[in-house]
Amino acid sequence: MPRIIVQQKDFDTGAELARLNAGDVGGISSFIGVVRGEGKITALHLEHYPAMTERALMKIADEAMARWPLSDCTIIHRVGTLHPGDNIVFVAAASAHRDAALRATAFLIDWLKTSAPFWKREDFVGGDTAWVAAREADEAVAAAWVK
Amino acid sequence: MKLLYFAWLREKIGLSEEDVMLPENLRSVADLVEWLRGRGPGYQAAFAQTKLVRCAIDQDFAQADSSIAGATEIAFFPPVTGG
Repeated sequence: MPRIIVQQKDFDTGAELARLNAGDVGGISSFIGVVRGEGKITALHLEHYPAMTERALMKIADEAMARWPLSDCTIIHRVGTLHPGDNIVFVAAASAHRDAALRATAFLIDWLKTSAPFWKREDFVGGDTAWVAAREADEAVAAAWVK
Repeated sequence: MKLLYFAWLREKIGLSEEDVMLPENLRSVADLVEWLRGRGPGYQAAFAQTKLVRCAIDQDFAQADSSIAGATEIAFFPPVTGG
């Protein structure tokens, strides 16, 4: 059963990885997204659609479980106000073999970027604020996973 | 029907949600968008570029030609930017 969490607080990556080391696991792969400041961003605000978010994430996780022989996978996404250097998203997959775990992890984060209802607004040094525009490159990467 | 707006659509419209009585001749998401555009300048601004607007019907992603028949909650928002 995939573990899906949407929360304001940070996550404990060690505990999350340890949790996936269960049963006949041969490898655990993970990706952690971090708020990038680039010297110009002071804060990042994450808005989401609460009634839909967990359901959308579960669909992505279920798709990964269907495509690869995973023993389990995890998606944790933070919401609210974050700052450069903060963790923002954690995805991980466990499997008997590394290939499934690694590929599933890439799939989870690629699909999450285009298929889960989150929106970012950035505060800039100087006081301006702006919604982040979706990147066509992200759409293309996600589209590459469409069967 | 309950309508929800997120991110800059929420800001342009000035509401995060509202309950509306829809005319019976609206069939699709595109029909609903066209009707919403007539509700004021905030809506016109929010729906000025429909290629920048995404939609969900009862918490599932939908398309412009998706039917709104029987829907209880329709959300409008920009392309998602999580991760």
